[in-house]
Amino acid sequence: MQITVTVNGVEYTRDVEPRLLLVHFLRDELGLTGTHWGCDTSNCGVCVVLLDGLPAKSCTVLAVMADGHEVRTVEGLAGADGLDPVQQAFSDMHGLQCGFCTPGMLLTSRALLDRNPDPSPAEIREAISGQVCRCTGYENIVRAVRAAADRAAEAGTAAGTVTS
Amino acid sequence: MQVPAQFEYERATSVAHAVALLQRYGPESRLLAGGHSLIPMMKLRLANPETLIDINGLDELRTISLEGGELRLGALVRHAELMASAVAGEHFPMFRDAERVIADPVVRNRGTVGGSLCQADPNEDLSAVFTALRAVAVIEGVDGRRTVPVREFHVGPYQTVVGDTEILVEIRVSVRPGGGSAYTKVERRAGDWAVAAAGAALWLEGERVADVGLGLTAVGADHFGAPQAEEFLRGAPATEENFAEAGRIAAEHCRPVADQRGPEDYKRHLAGELTARSLRRAAARARGREA
Ligand SMILES: Cc1cc2nc3c(=O)[nH]c(=O)nc-3n(C[C@H](O)[C@H](O)[C@H](O)COP(=O)(O)OP(=O)(O)OC[C@H]3O[C@@H](n4cnc5c(N)ncnc54)[C@H](O)[C@@H]3O)c2cc1C
Ligand code: FES
Ligand code: FES
Repeated sequence: MQITVTVNGVEYTRDVEPRLLLVHFLRDELGLTGTHWGCDTSNCGVCVVLLDGLPAKSCTVLAVMADGHEVRTVEGLAGADGLDPVQQAFSDMHGLQCGFCTPGMLLTSRALLDRNPDPSPAEIREAISGQVCRCTGYENIVRAVRAAADRAAEAGTAAGTVTS
Repeated sequence: MQVPAQFEYERATSVAHAVALLQRYGPESRLLAGGHSLIPMMKLRLANPETLIDINGLDELRTISLEGGELRLGALVRHAELMASAVAGEHFPMFRDAERVIADPVVRNRGTVGGSLCQADPNEDLSAVFTALRAVAVIEGVDGRRTVPVREFHVGPYQTVVGDTEILVEIRVSVRPGGGSAYTKVERRAGDWAVAAAGAALWLEGERVADVGLGLTAVGADHFGAPQAEEFLRGAPATEENFAEAGRIAAEHCRPVADQRGPEDYKRHLAGELTARSLRRAAARARGREA
């Protein structure tokens, strides 16, 4: 079946089997391997991408369900003027160790800050509660998201999104 | 790598179209809503539909409204949308209580209210919520629409009254004054299914219980209900002792089974305790003493 999916602003048209999962479409068809693939059972959240702006576990979405929709992956976070503030903050605050959970964590954090530019630590924990960090780096992840929010507030950009 | 077996894929453009597609493809076809129960089951080959009929484009099923004294929830309302709904939360705070602990925020962006009910997993939280609220399911088929009380909707684990060529379109809950509601769940960790959970909807007349609805999750309660405990409470004073006794009755009549989430006696204990806690909280809300 032919589908057209907009990924990070670029339209991709491909012929796919209906049973192809979105995570494999992104990784294997489009070569966007920044989206990781872990438990395969919708529990770990490493496969999280933004589907029409909302975090979704791409191992539990069929590629055909994304036909005509917009997907944002970790590759789409950095803008022309550098890293997304959330990426920069993860780097600065040691919000990652092995990096396996990081793409999903970054996208959920981005979506959270777009909706709520000043989240409390509890709200951050709630937002990432469907995602597992095997390096147990939650403290630093929460600090990183808070740091991204603080810097955006200082810079006066309400949501802290890189305008590219 | 877990991959579903091959299937055909169709996209419905209206409810009537979905019904027509179900007719065309027959009993081996399945509706696809959020896919967060069905796709995992297909990956494990616990479900092997020959055709999936995607209903995600049916915006007509995505509304939450208050009409004719009823709260109407479209089948395709996502968990996250129900949780965020001001009108649903204002009239029935138990929706918020329950949604907060259904899966995790990412899953809640996809899973739907209708999919939850139709999946009919004995651990599904909304089934108990709608049971407590005595909600009514609106089902559409070739011959038009019919309504079924949620208390008659489930015919067994993973089985509902929705026929092979029917679709659940809406769930309705009548709004009555003087009420309060609450849902309490114990889970092993954030995002997990319930070890046990209980919901209560309570209507007070002065300090008496004018009406009450109870729902139990994951403890083998017949139709997710606790009718004996409801019977005991109706007309009784809304006291702490009576709430505890109602919990005891609810616990006595459910049939939990031991599994990885806990032993039978623990789940039975929870059924009673959580029923009492939900009743207490529902009463406080009915009295306007708690949000
Ligand atoms: C990791 C994880 C944790 C979860 N934890 C919880 C939890 O704690 N509590 C809880 O209650 N749930 C939990 N769920 C389940 C979640 O609520 C699901 O989203 C829900 O059960 C199914 O909704 P869906 O829209 O994804 O349905 P789908 O998977 O699309 O469909 C499920 C079934 O219902 C049928 N169906 C769907 N819509 C209709 C309709 N309108 N008419 C007729 N048939 C229909 C489908 O054909 C299918 O058989 C969890 C899920 C996951 C993945
Ligand atoms: S791979 Fe998708 S949730 Fe784990
Ligand atoms: S950084 Fe290793 S899993 Fe999170």
